[in-house]
Amino acid sequence: MTEQRPVTIAILAMGGEGGGVLADWIADLAEHAGYDAQATSVPGVAQRTGSTIYYLEIFPRAAGRQPVFSLTPVPGEVDVVIASELMEAGRAVQRGLVTPDRTVLIASTHRVYSIAEKSAMADGRADPAKLLQACSAAARVLIARDFARLAAGTRSVISAALFGALAASRVLPFERDRFEEAIRRAGVGVEASLRAFRSGFDAEPEPPEPAPEPPQVPEAIAHRIESEFPQESWTTLRLAAHRLVDYQDPAYAAEYLNRLAAVRDADDHPFPLLNEAARQLALWMSYEDAIRVADLKIRKARAGRIQKEARAEPGEIVRIHEFLHPRAQEIADILPPALGRRVLASGWVRRLTKRGRIVETTSIHGFLQLYFLARMRPLRRRSLRFAREQEKIGEWLALIVRAAARDRELALEIARCAQLLKGYGAARLLGERNFDAILAESRTLGGAGAAERVRILREAALADDTGETLRNALGPPRPLRSESGK
Amino acid sequence: MAERSFKKEVEKLRLGAGAEFRGEGILAVAKALLQSGVSYVAGYQGAPISHLMDVLADANDILEELGVHFEQSASEAAAAAALAASVNYPLRGAVTFKSTVGTNVASDALANLASGGVLGGALIIVGEDYGEGSSIMQERSHAFAMKSQIWLLDPRPNLPSIVRAVEDGFDFSEATHTPVMLELRIRACHLRGRFVAKDNVRPKFTRKDAIENPARDASRIVLPPSTYLHEQEKIAERWPAAARFIQDRGLNEIFHASARDFGVILQGGMYNTVARGLQLLGLADVFGDTKIPLYVLNVTYPLVDEEVKRFCGGKRAVLVVEEGQPDFLEQNLHAILRKAELATRIHGKDLLPMAGEYTPSVVTGGLLKFVEKYGPELIDRARLPGLVKPLPLPPVQLDRHVQPRPPSFCTGCPERPIFTALKLVERELGPHHVSCDIGCHLFSILPPFNTGATTMGYGLGWAGAAALQSPDSRKRAIAFMGDGGFWHNGLTSGVGNAVFNRSDSVLVVVDNSYTAATGGQDLLSSRGANPLRTTRQSIADAVRGVGVRWIRTIDRTYDVGRMRDTLREALTTAERGPKVIVARSECALNRERREGPARRKAAGQGRRVVRQRFGVDAETCTGDHSCIRLSGCPSLTIAPNPDPLRSDPVAAVIESCIGCGLCGEAAHAAALCPSFYRVDTISNPSAWERFAWRLRQTVIGWLQR
Repeated sequence: MTEQRPVTIAILAMGGEGGGVLADWIADLAEHAGYDAQATSVPGVAQRTGSTIYYLEIFPRAAGRQPVFSLTPVPGEVDVVIASELMEAGRAVQRGLVTPDRTVLIASTHRVYSIAEKSAMADGRADPAKLLQACSAAARVLIARDFARLAAGTRSVISAALFGALAASRVLPFERDRFEEAIRRAGVGVEASLRAFRSGFDAEPEPPEPAPEPPQVPEAIAHRIESEFPQESWTTLRLAAHRLVDYQDPAYAAEYLNRLAAVRDADDHPFPLLNEAARQLALWMSYEDAIRVADLKIRKARAGRIQKEARAEPGEIVRIHEFLHPRAQEIADILPPALGRRVLASGWVRRLTKRGRIVETTSIHGFLQLYFLARMRPLRRRSLRFAREQEKIGEWLALIVRAAARDRELALEIARCAQLLKGYGAARLLGERNFDAILAESRTLGGAGAAERVRILREAALADDTGETLRNALGPPRPLRSESGK
Repeated sequence: MAERSFKKEVEKLRLGAGAEFRGEGILAVAKALLQSGVSYVAGYQGAPISHLMDVLADANDILEELGVHFEQSASEAAAAAALAASVNYPLRGAVTFKSTVGTNVASDALANLASGGVLGGALIIVGEDYGEGSSIMQERSHAFAMKSQIWLLDPRPNLPSIVRAVEDGFDFSEATHTPVMLELRIRACHLRGRFVAKDNVRPKFTRKDAIENPARDASRIVLPPSTYLHEQEKIAERWPAAARFIQDRGLNEIFHASARDFGVILQGGMYNTVARGLQLLGLADVFGDTKIPLYVLNVTYPLVDEEVKRFCGGKRAVLVVEEGQPDFLEQNLHAILRKAELATRIHGKDLLPMAGEYTPSVVTGGLLKFVEKYGPELIDRARLPGLVKPLPLPPVQLDRHVQPRPPSFCTGCPERPIFTALKLVERELGPHHVSCDIGCHLFSILPPFNTGATTMGYGLGWAGAAALQSPDSRKRAIAFMGDGGFWHNGLTSGVGNAVFNRSDSVLVVVDNSYTAATGGQDLLSSRGANPLRTTRQSIADAVRGVGVRWIRTIDRTYDVGRMRDTLREALTTAERGPKVIVARSECALNRERREGPARRKAAGQGRRVVRQRFGVDAETCTGDHSCIRLSGCPSLTIAPNPDPLRSDPVAAVIESCIGCGLCGEAAHAAALCPSFYRVDTISNPSAWERFAWRLRQTVIGWLQR
């Protein structure tokens, strides 16, 4: 009895990525090189964006005898695993298809986020470092590159780039030109596929991206940052100051630094509390009102970026339409308090803002609407919302400073709660309600476990968009006096 | 127009004797039908045999040349009923559908067919949707074969065996006057391999001959007293004939019968998995040459007592490799050996799991336990494959980092906005009972929509809500049904039923113009013209025709505001009685297949073409992802936040966006955020357009910073 075995290849891809085409190329390549090949897959609903495994076995053709091929990959018995995305590579490892004695793993390092990662209220992403680490530990050889980017660079599909990487890995006993012939024989999008094939064949590991330069800030502000604040916070403070000058004016950035002084004094080396409070404060102070949104939407750099994204050829026209739905509240927010309150009380503004509006910022009419809105910036300091936000910011900072005197971990957790204040309209309202509830609870906390409690509540607030998890975590309103002493 | 075109590949169906056929399993089945002289084929699409229907539709010219009639039936019941043509005439017919769900639907006709028996060969090709990749409840077609006495073929999963099973199947059916069911597992349908072709055969007796010389035999009609006769016939004549035919034709295969005093009895469909398991244990080579006797049941119903006794005689034990439950084969084998007073031990579900797919890991584990019991000297313990050893703990725990990737609505899917609207209505009116159906719209039960309580079967969405109404509640249940389910049976079982029983609930018919979930086949209400079929029939008219008075049609489901308002009206109107909303927008995959090439051609010819896509401003997006929770579109995803002060990823629209409009509509209807924009890129603009654009750019440029 012979010890021969087929070469086994598993392809993990998502619907629509061309995993089937890749399997066909490999089968065709093998058949033309004198091999028997069998390819199987499970399409069906998996075509609808779900993950799919294509599986191939190839074996040198023997006269009069047909090898018996397996229809599914066997854990521990796979020679090549090709994963079209990093989490899919992780899935292959998890299923035991990638083993150190045998498997060459060709994985694209880009991410296609799962629905759970995408729909999280904050950051639900899997850790790519963990995934890569697992791949590298499980594989005999790991070839990990961003094949999606390489394919996009050649205006082709990832399957062709992966096919190139398979050729370059030399794990199959076929020369490069045989691979290219298989693409030519298939006859669909041949030139683009061959370009992507070459880019996949020649792919080198990418160098890490260099850290960005710290942004420019006015001289006086820069001087204050460096003379009044510890070095550990300089990067954050420069970014924050740059943002606030852009948002309002240099005086606003100066106010920002004034507000942080108390937190600085309450913190110590390496200043985690100062850094977190500085980051959150900058974001809060640059809350997104209609003026800010209008300002950001009419910038030159943005128009340029969108033109690039649209891949407009020379001679093509790009028109940009904004989907805006300012409501009575958001209009009132940017008006002086008295006027704003009248807008809120009146029915006609509400009626007028019942439907969303589409504004074309590449038309003069549409551009001017947002342009004049953006020019209201100096009036912001006297607006209804400005007063409200500044007051709440003050309370929050005071709470942080007070907590830091007893329990710096608790203070840090309170600082992090500002993360809940984001979104627009209903989402922002829910965030504010959750934030207020947690801060109110934090005032009653003391001693060990206080910081942990706030952290749990913050995560509960981010668990759903109805506030239910947080309500459950907070529990029923407590009785005024403990009854446990009875 | 189906999702996958086989126009090129169907040319292989013309291959003549001696030529090598290379291709997919499903195409090989089509070729085998033509080689068998089939007169008519009918069926209903559904994974894993959708492609068989697509192949036959694309092969219409070839079928016509051979005088073969092909129907895309209204349902599996209609397909099975078509086999009535083989009852009185020597016509060979084949039908195909997804099993067990399709067999459930077809079982009325199948039972009638099997009772009276057939004259011409009748083949039922079922795609056994079991195990990984299956989309239905885990059951076996075997039960249908047993209850109606239909012979069940389960050939080895390679193309020569499958082709032979089709050819033998017709002969088998004719020799025993019994319909034959051919079971193909998911992977067998989609496996790519080769076989040596034969010439196609034109049926000698034609449908024309039958129509012009009508025949009848009252004893073949299912009505007492013939039914009593049929039952006797099944036992006294057809079964013994089957046992003879199976042995004479050698349908089952025995390998190395006396190599050991123990062996394995397996379903043909499990052969490759068993062979791989034996190979991994060092008990077979790559060609399946085995040290252990194998009895391969290419016919899993009926079992032939004589064959079983011959194989088991002189053996201490056999292992039964039978995928799925109940363990019909194992029970049957026990009975056969007991009656024959053979002492051979039967193992099966004691060494292998009772339920679940028999993957190579599972089967290899069972084989190892069996051989260790009866021939431990054959096992080289030092060289066991990794999969039968306890798994070493992976160095990195991935459980939290590898998340499920369930199927979902495609980019630009017109069904997604319907559920976005439903979510918005439920925010106002509270949660409702939602009864689902079968089809792409069932993805609503998954994140991010998480909507829907039950699904009772194809076309049964509204019937599934029948009992959930009460004079004591003002709330109305909502049912969903696709256009596929609607024409399959929903018009009667759902709509007619609701009218007759004075239902006060709401039905949303999701009309995307195709049976999209099965691969985009045409149906009665498809809006495109089909050269072979009648399309463009109105669902709203049909609904009106059976007596519904409250009907709303929405012709652009992407209009989330209107969809929401219509749903609200249906749920709150004072008017009582059944309410139907027909939500129509063409399946985006199919539309792109139809319009994409035309659009690219027009742009190439210098005509004005507008491409649209959406985008999100990373600067104004605050990363709370409300938009994603109302959409779940594959093209609406997240990206690292370019703002170094923020840590939460921003929403982002990637290049696969086709500009369906939902992002903008949802942002408006739910007053989400101002971050969404639509980009219109205009190729070949007119001279005036170019001039106006330059003028605007100049003026805006002056003011921009």
